[in-house]
Amino acid sequence: MKRLSIQKIALALAAPVAAAIVSLVVSSVAVLASHKSPMLAYKTMWEFGTQGGSLMEALNSATPYYIAAIAIAVTFQAGLFNIGVEGQLRLGALFSAYIGAMFTLPPVLHVLAVFIVAMTIGGIWASIAAYLKVKRGVNEVISTIMLNSLAVGMTSFLFAKYFAVITEGSNNMTTKELPTTAWFPDLVPLLTKLGLPEIQGASVNGMLVIAIALGFIFWFVVNRTRFGFELRASGANPIAARVSGVNSKKMTVVALVISGAIAGLSGLPAVLGETHAYNMGFRSGIGFSAIAVALLGRNSAGGMAFSALLFGFLEVSSRALELIDIAPETYVIMQGSILLSSVIAYEVVRRFKLTLQSKELAKAVSA
Amino acid sequence: MKNKGTKLLLNATYLLLLLSIIRVITGATDLTSVGTASAALLLSVPIVLAGLGGLFSERAGVVNIGLEGMMILGAWAGGFIGSQHGPWLGLVAAVIFGAVGALLHAIATISFGVDHVVSGVAINIMAAGLVRYLSTILYQGGSWPGPSQSPDIKEIPLNGLPVLSGGHFFGWQSPDILTPIAEKHWFFISDLVGIIRGITGNLSYVTLVAMLFVPLAFWVLWKTSFGLRLRSAGEAPVAAESLGVNVYAMKYAGVLISGGLAGLGGGFLAIVAANHYQENQVAGRGYIGLAALLFGNYRPGGILAGAALFGFADALQLRDSQAIHALILLIVAIMAYLVYRDIKKGKMLSGVISFVMGAALLWFYFAVDELPGQLVSMTPYIATLLVMSLASQRLRMPAADGMPYRRGGLR
Amino acid sequence: MSVAVELRHITKRFPGVVANKDVSMKVETGTVHALVGENGAGKSTVMKILYGMQHPDSGEILVNGTTVNLKNPNDAIELGIGMVHQHFMLADNFTVLENIILGAEPKHGVTIDFKAARDKVMEMSKAYGLDIDPDILVEELGVGQRQRVEILKVLFRGANILIFDEPTAVLVPQEVDDLFGALQGLRAKGMAVIFISHKLDEVLRVADEVTVVRAGETVAEVKAKDVTPRQLAELMVGSELPQPTTHGNTRRPEVTLALKDVSIPTATGSRDLISHISFNLHAGEVVGIAGVEGNGQAELIEAIMGLRDYTGSIEFLGSSIDHLTVAHRHDLGIGLIPEDRQRQALMMNSPLWENRILGHQRGKPVMHGAILDKKATIADTKRIMQEFDVRAPGPMTAAAALSGGNQQKFIVGREMSKAPALLLASHPTRGVDVGAQGAIWEVLREARSKGMAIVLISADLEELIGMSDRLLVMLRGAITAELDPQKTTPEQLGSAMTGAA
Repeated sequence: MKRLSIQKIALALAAPVAAAIVSLVVSSVAVLASHKSPMLAYKTMWEFGTQGGSLMEALNSATPYYIAAIAIAVTFQAGLFNIGVEGQLRLGALFSAYIGAMFTLPPVLHVLAVFIVAMTIGGIWASIAAYLKVKRGVNEVISTIMLNSLAVGMTSFLFAKYFAVITEGSNNMTTKELPTTAWFPDLVPLLTKLGLPEIQGASVNGMLVIAIALGFIFWFVVNRTRFGFELRASGANPIAARVSGVNSKKMTVVALVISGAIAGLSGLPAVLGETHAYNMGFRSGIGFSAIAVALLGRNSAGGMAFSALLFGFLEVSSRALELIDIAPETYVIMQGSILLSSVIAYEVVRRFKLTLQSKELAKAVSA
Repeated sequence: MKNKGTKLLLNATYLLLLLSIIRVITGATDLTSVGTASAALLLSVPIVLAGLGGLFSERAGVVNIGLEGMMILGAWAGGFIGSQHGPWLGLVAAVIFGAVGALLHAIATISFGVDHVVSGVAINIMAAGLVRYLSTILYQGGSWPGPSQSPDIKEIPLNGLPVLSGGHFFGWQSPDILTPIAEKHWFFISDLVGIIRGITGNLSYVTLVAMLFVPLAFWVLWKTSFGLRLRSAGEAPVAAESLGVNVYAMKYAGVLISGGLAGLGGGFLAIVAANHYQENQVAGRGYIGLAALLFGNYRPGGILAGAALFGFADALQLRDSQAIHALILLIVAIMAYLVYRDIKKGKMLSGVISFVMGAALLWFYFAVDELPGQLVSMTPYIATLLVMSLASQRLRMPAADGMPYRRGGLR
Repeated sequence: MSVAVELRHITKRFPGVVANKDVSMKVETGTVHALVGENGAGKSTVMKILYGMQHPDSGEILVNGTTVNLKNPNDAIELGIGMVHQHFMLADNFTVLENIILGAEPKHGVTIDFKAARDKVMEMSKAYGLDIDPDILVEELGVGQRQRVEILKVLFRGANILIFDEPTAVLVPQEVDDLFGALQGLRAKGMAVIFISHKLDEVLRVADEVTVVRAGETVAEVKAKDVTPRQLAELMVGSELPQPTTHGNTRRPEVTLALKDVSIPTATGSRDLISHISFNLHAGEVVGIAGVEGNGQAELIEAIMGLRDYTGSIEFLGSSIDHLTVAHRHDLGIGLIPEDRQRQALMMNSPLWENRILGHQRGKPVMHGAILDKKATIADTKRIMQEFDVRAPGPMTAAAALSGGNQQKFIVGREMSKAPALLLASHPTRGVDVGAQGAIWEVLREARSKGMAIVLISADLEELIGMSDRLLVMLRGAITAELDPQKTTPEQLGSAMTGAA
């Protein structure tokens, strides 16, 4: 039995380790191409990244990635591809910042209201792709990508024309600042009470809590409920799922809309916890990094958590590279190479496992 | 066959008639002007190339979402090599870089069995990141003017048809008969002439070559052994293998060709359509190329038609927002036709939805005088969505498209 | 007469199983040589080795007296070996001509010389009596015609050693006669024909010599005229073959399923997929639906299950189910063994316990309210594996790792576990080894005697006749005949199926 469990652990780790090695090699080559030392680069990143403040920044960075990755994973499990998360989260962020600033409610309710706005907008935007797929057979990969570009255009249009106010004395355009009842609290005071050492200027976005909760809910629903099973069955074998009684059209719509709603949430850490408004500096590209997180994490709650943290860490620690004159964009190379090599490694390991199982089977049968 | 040809001609004539009517009503002369037609042709080239790229890949059974990434690689290579060694070498580099991206996709999907869409999305993410990184290094090194922009590239000379469109050959500048007719704004005739003059004059040689790829693709895929075997890899790979066809090789060939074509499309954007590489230059045209492939039902002629459509939308959006405004009327007309068709088929709900949308668009047309810039720039994407919604129903995909393949049978 | 092909001591292993062990065979020119054995005995594998699609681990292959090394089908084709596969290897979207010339295209410079190709194909078609239209898309062809295309494919490449893999599995008796006529013609022209089958009386009709394989080894090489089907069967299995039979009359007065005037129109307005089907099925009764594939049987099952829209009325246990969803029909007590287990009934990459849930995700024991009860599901999966003799290491094994027969046994066990009042069994023993076949028949027999109503669709005429209480024949979507299985021979049934009766 002991041999089996070592084998199991080895198999589980094989893919990520292989991917890590490959991406280290690729990134080193990239750094060498700019005539710098890879070892120095990694050392700098590690030293900077493991400081308390940086680690908290990494958490903050990882939070929206994780939420968006969950949104994508919901559709991946069903065999669909919601690439439009970027657009859904932008629209969600914009509308919730604008509408949230229009009224005041007691603190928790206000935040909840903003959540609802974000989720509704994200869900509606995704439902366009769902409608097109179910009624007109339009491939959702292309439609969600088109909707992405549309969303970017619409967001900047609505923002510039209707939603933004120009603050006096500065060129910065922003929506009206959210009343404090809608601010999501910083977790540092709480953590300090629990014994965390004080660090200058550090803050932990409170939506981390929401992200963790979402992770649990996602895991539970996908693995332990009937809906989750039907979701996975639709992805594993849509024909067999249909034969077993799953309404595939309904499943497509539900999966896409839920995905859009969760995606809408992923724009909120920035809006509620940091800037308290939507402005020109709203970070772009969360949606695409989230796709990488979902793929790397293999659509599982734990895997995606690890991937989100990894990407957050890489992103924050690579900022230090500027100090030694290396392009911080190296982080992007790392991200890309991890993604591609892990995706290949997973497939190789899966096939290997299947061959192992066949061998086991033969042994058991002839025993 | 005769029926198909005449039907196509008839449809094209109807469309032109419609455009002429709208032009006269709204006064948006740019709808059918020489300039627009010329720009439409120019902008449709990258889409045609991307679409043909998708054709070769999918006909061999590999879904290639990564066309966008391969175009990005091609555009960057075009800017990088083109600014240093001239436009023609730049184009060659574009093809090579696109093919290298395709090689990665091929290895992942064909040799390792990774899901085709996942691999394609990964390639896109990687390509965007890679070119940004490389651009930053070059900028930091001082050779590039900006962190996302290459130095200028020398232009490739233009030419046109003799006599009709003002071409020049061996030092002789021919007359340009068509342009004055186009400028007379006679109903229908000027529109037709304007379009013809637009697509036959001031052409880059590269455009011509790119357009020749369309009949070339048809000939290769349907008239040669290589083409038959490549298509068999996408239709019935196990059958092909049993007859001694090297299915792996065919799939690799299809994907590599698709990368080369997409790369060329990207290079075209940097070298011919513009004169330097700029980040975000590709702007989704790889995906629009895929849409053209689907619109064209996986045939070269159809891809050309789809690309022309998207190129037209793209050209209008760049040149004249008033024309886009007028285009709304065209969409209303299409909606009206949809309503008529749906009601005839008895699909009441679809008909009502189309009617409501058409009415809303008509109101929008009268309510808004001029479309803001951001909305206008969204035209190609809206066009893509519209086209996909109308065309997706009757698709005929290669039978084994997207399915993982292993020698000796599927597993 | 010389030896066209000789196999000596061929051994081939796959992960976990020895497919061929020391197999030897001699085939002479101008003969029809049959290779028989039950499903999974290794016949297909040894022929794939002869055709170059697989490589033997050890052993020799001699063609026309010379030892050869076949690296891929191209090598085999060049030596004159051609294979007509059991599962047709045709590209539906290609024309007949394109399918035939693929891989051996006659060329005119760089382009394909379609004219030369067409001329050659038409010439061969006439010479061998294989009538075909070269410009039609294969997807429009029927089964018998597709087989003709497969044969032409092989002849086009100049084969004189032809391998037929289970060619009669999808043919009705009349088409089988046509095929055998063609085989006699090929033999007369001096070709060597190897004919793989498990249908022993057919084999003895047409073969000169027979090689028997069992569990990967050759157990006998005999002349056809020297053996009876019974002796062959015993050689094949080593013991008596199970028979599909039902005993006695277990029909009960309650009507489980009532169809009245059920039709499915086609979108294009031409002939209905199924048209005006009406019959009543009682509890404890098995109705067999016979018909050439593509005449509406699959659509009928889909209609009853709710997977297709239909007009007319279907009543289950006395009440109408016309407006009920697929899930609801499952839950009411209709079980389904679909035609294509890998496509329609299993998630291949998932473990068996997750496959247990498929189709049953709305009630006990799998569900506890809306939550999956993993423990109970795994326990029940173990129960099914034991009761139905599913050979696999455990409930965590991926479905893809099991053999076809074990997968099918699992599916049968899964459907039985909710004790459905009605079971729709579509080709329940297709591609399943003899042992599993007998086990499944036994399960069906038992269920029938306990009152289950069964709709049985099968291409195996003996199975249909043996297991049914009534026989309905479907042709072009309608029921054209009702026969008493006790008084029907396979030949009569075949005639009725093709409308020749």
